[in-house]
Amino acid sequence: MNRLTSLQGFLLWIPVWSILAILVLLLLLPISYLFGSWGNIDIQLWEHFSANLLDELTLNTLLLVLSVAVGTLTLGTGLAWFVVMYEFPGRRWLSWLLLLPFAMPAYVLAFVFLGTFDYGGTVQQWLRTFFSIDYFDIREGVFGPALVLTLVFYPYVYLLARTAFANQAISMIENARLLGCSPASVFWRLSFPLARPAIAAGVSLALMETLADFGTVSLFNYSTFTTAIYSVWEDFHSLTAAAQLSTLLLLFAVMLLGMEKLSRGRRAFTQQANLDRPPFVLKNWQRWLVSFSIWMIVVIVLIIPIVQLGVWSYQSLLEEWDARYFDWLSNTLVLSVSSAVIIVSSALLMNILQKKTTGKTVRFLLFSARLGYALPGVVLAIGIMGVLAWFNQQLDTDWFIGGLFALYLAYLVRFIAVAHGPIESRLQTIRPSIIEAARNMGANSTRLLWEIYLPLLKPGLIAAFILAFLDISKELPATYLLRPFGWDTLAMRIFELSTEGLYQRAAIPSLVLLLLGIAGLLILRRLNLFR
Amino acid sequence: MLHNIFSKWITAGLAVVLLTPATALVTSSGALAAENKLVIYSARKEHLLKPLLDEFTKETGIETLLYTGKDSALIERVKAEGDKTDADILMMADAGNLGYAAEQDLFAKLDSQTVRERIPAHLRDDQDRWTGLSVRARTLVYSTERVNPKDLSGYQDLADPKWQGKLCLRTSKKVYNKSLVASLISHYGEDQAEKIVTGWVNNLAAKPYAKDSQVMDAILAGRCDVGIVNSYYFGRLVEKKPQVALALFWADQQGHGTHVNISGAGIIKSSDQAANARTLIEWLTQNKAQSLYAEVNQEYPADPQIPPSKTVASWGKFKADDLSLSEVVRLQQQAVRLMQKVGYR
Repeated sequence: MNRLTSLQGFLLWIPVWSILAILVLLLLLPISYLFGSWGNIDIQLWEHFSANLLDELTLNTLLLVLSVAVGTLTLGTGLAWFVVMYEFPGRRWLSWLLLLPFAMPAYVLAFVFLGTFDYGGTVQQWLRTFFSIDYFDIREGVFGPALVLTLVFYPYVYLLARTAFANQAISMIENARLLGCSPASVFWRLSFPLARPAIAAGVSLALMETLADFGTVSLFNYSTFTTAIYSVWEDFHSLTAAAQLSTLLLLFAVMLLGMEKLSRGRRAFTQQANLDRPPFVLKNWQRWLVSFSIWMIVVIVLIIPIVQLGVWSYQSLLEEWDARYFDWLSNTLVLSVSSAVIIVSSALLMNILQKKTTGKTVRFLLFSARLGYALPGVVLAIGIMGVLAWFNQQLDTDWFIGGLFALYLAYLVRFIAVAHGPIESRLQTIRPSIIEAARNMGANSTRLLWEIYLPLLKPGLIAAFILAFLDISKELPATYLLRPFGWDTLAMRIFELSTEGLYQRAAIPSLVLLLLGIAGLLILRRLNLFR
Repeated sequence: MLHNIFSKWITAGLAVVLLTPATALVTSSGALAAENKLVIYSARKEHLLKPLLDEFTKETGIETLLYTGKDSALIERVKAEGDKTDADILMMADAGNLGYAAEQDLFAKLDSQTVRERIPAHLRDDQDRWTGLSVRARTLVYSTERVNPKDLSGYQDLADPKWQGKLCLRTSKKVYNKSLVASLISHYGEDQAEKIVTGWVNNLAAKPYAKDSQVMDAILAGRCDVGIVNSYYFGRLVEKKPQVALALFWADQQGHGTHVNISGAGIIKSSDQAANARTLIEWLTQNKAQSLYAEVNQEYPADPQIPPSKTVASWGKFKADDLSLSEVVRLQQQAVRLMQKVGYR
C-alpha cells in the first residue's frame, strides 16, 4: 500500500493542498486587509500624530517590550533552571504551581495590583511603617505594567525552558562537572546555549502578547501602540489610520520572530534524553532559601491575587452571583475547548506543510500567517468583520457575521502562533532514522502514525492545546465584538464590571475564570498529561 | 515519507477543522435567535438595562433580545452587517458615539411626537436621529476636609496655578472628557480652551487615572484635593460609604452651567421592527421608566418634569449647560487633537 503511483499520490493530495491553501488564505486575509490600508493616507492625521504622539508611543512601546523581555527571560529561565537542576523542598509542586499564572488574565492581575498597592492604601501604609518606604504611585513609569505583564507571561518562557533543560542528557552534565565546571558555568556554557531556541521561542511569545495587550496598559494609563490604535479608531473614527498603525505593530512582531529565528540559527537540536533527577546538590540552608524564594513568587503572582479576589467576591456575592453564571461558564468552556481543537489541528497541518515544503514563498506565507498573535484583538476582529462583510455582500447572505464562524476565525488567526511552537519543536525531535527503523521492521503507515508519530507528538499537542485553551478563555475584544447572540462569556462580564470600576463585583467572574483554568491544568496533571 | 503517512490522517483532520465552523455557521447564525424579537445593541451595561427591558416586555408583550458590547465596536458591527443586521435599536452611553452612528447613516428618523414633547431639544439630535434618555453631569468633586467650596468655581478655575499639584483627572481617552473639552471649545474658542486644558495638565498631582472611581480614591487618599467626575460615580461611592469625605460641586453656575452628557438611543435604519423600536424608545421616555432608567445608575431623568431619585436629589439642584449635544459631537475630534497636543494623556 506504500506503492502509490505518482498520479494516485497527486490526486490524493489535491483536496489536502486545496484545503490547506484555504486555511492559509483565511489566516492571511485580516493581515492583508491591514496592509491594504496604506492605499489611502490621511496626511493631516499623520502630521498630528508625528508631531504629538509618535515619539512617545515608540519609546513607551520599546521600553515596555524591553522590560518584559528582560523580566520574562530572567524569571522564566531562572525558575526553570532551579526547578530542573536542584532538589529542594516542595520542588515537584512548585514546578507545577509556577505554570498557573497562565490561567491569570493580565487585566485581572492589573486591577488586583492597582487595588492592593493603592497610593496610601493599607499595603503602602504597612510598607511605610515597617520599611519606611514613602508612598508611591505604582502607575508611574513603565514599572507597573512591565511587572504585571512579566508576572503573567513568564510561564511561556518557563514552560519551554523547563522542557529544554529536562531533555538535556545527564551524562553530558556529569561530564562537564568532571571537567571542573561549576553549576553556574554549566548553565552559561552548556545548558543555556542548548536551550536557547526554546527560550527564544518563549520570550517571543511573551513579547507578542505584550504588544497586543490593551487591558493592562490602559488600566495603568500607559500609552503604547495598541492604545494609540484604539484612540485612532475611537477618536478619529479612522479605521484606515488604525490599520496603518497596526501594520507598524506587525513590523515589531516580525522583528521579534526574526530574532527568534536568528537565535535558533541553523541548528535544530534533537535531544531525547530525560533528566530523571536533579543533577546538582545544594547545602541544607541553600535548599530552604531556594524553596522560600520560589514560594514568594507564587505568593505574589497567585496567592495574593486569589486572596484579594476572594475577599472582594465575598463582599459582593449577594449582589452579583446568579444563575446566569452557569451559562457564562459553559459558553466559555465550549468556546475554548472547541476552538482549541480547531487551532491545534490547524497548527499541526501547517507544521506538516512547513516540514514538507522548501519553497520560499510558502514558508513566507506560513510565517505571515502566525503574525496575528501580535495584533490587538479589536484590530483583528475589525479586520475580520471587514472581510466577512464583503463576503456577506457578495453572496447576499448574513451567514458570515453573527454566527460562530467569525469568532472561530478570529481565535484561529490570533492564537495559531501559540499552538505552532510546541508542535514544531516536537516534530523536530522525530528523527528520520526512527521512521526508517520502524519501516524496516515492517510497520505500515497506520502503525507509524499511531505508534510513532502520535506518541512522540503528544506532549507538543497537549501543550499547544493548553496554551490555546487558556488564551481563548481569557480573550476579550474579539469575543465581545463577534460573538453570536447568547454567547456571553466570563471575560466579558469581567470587562463590563471592571470598566465601570466595580472591581469587587468583577472579582467573582475573575475568580471563576481563574479557577476554570486551574481546574483544567489540574485535570491534565491528574491524567499525567501535563506536569 | 511523511507524505504517505499523513495523507489519511490529514484528510480526517481537515474534516474536523472545516466542519466544526461550518456547522457552527449554520446552526447559530444570529438570524435564528433574533427572529421576531426586538434586538437591542447596547453599550449601556447589561445590569443597568435588563430590569427595564423585562418590565417593558411584561407591559407590552414585545420580547427583547439584548446584545451588549463596547460602543465603537457595536457601531462597526452594525456597519458591517449592513442591511442584514438584526439590530433594531442602538443604545450608547454618550452623545459622541450616538452622533458618530448618526453620521455613519445608521439611524432612521425617530419621528416621535412623544419624544419631542418630553425630551428637551438640546438633549436630542438636531436632525431627529437619536435622543437622550438619561442625563449625567460631569462636574467637580472635592475633599471636604481640605477644600473650602467657596474657593471653587468651575472648569476654567481648575487651570489656575492655585490648584498646582492638587488636581486629579481621568484619562483624556475617555469619551466623557472629550465631550467636556468639546464644550469648552464651543464656549470659549479653541485658543482659550487650549489654555484651560494646559492649565489642568500643569496642575495635575498625578498621571491621569483610568477611571473616575480612581480619581475619587486618589482624593480620599490625599493624593490631590479636587477632580472632575461623572455624577453617578460619586453616587455609587456614597452608596457604599455614606460618610465619605467628598462632595460634588456644581461647576460654572455663574457661567454656562455644568456640562452634561446623556445616554441615549436611536432606531436602526434597516430595522424590520421600526414600530416596536419606537414603542420601546417612547416607553423609556415615560414617567415610570424614566425614573427607573435614571435611578438604577444614579443619573438624572432626561425629561426635566420627572424628579431624580432621592440620593441624586440630595446633591442639590444645578444649572445645566444647555449647549446642544449635536454641537459637542461635532467638536469632539478637535477636542481630542487639542488634548493630545498639550500632553493630556
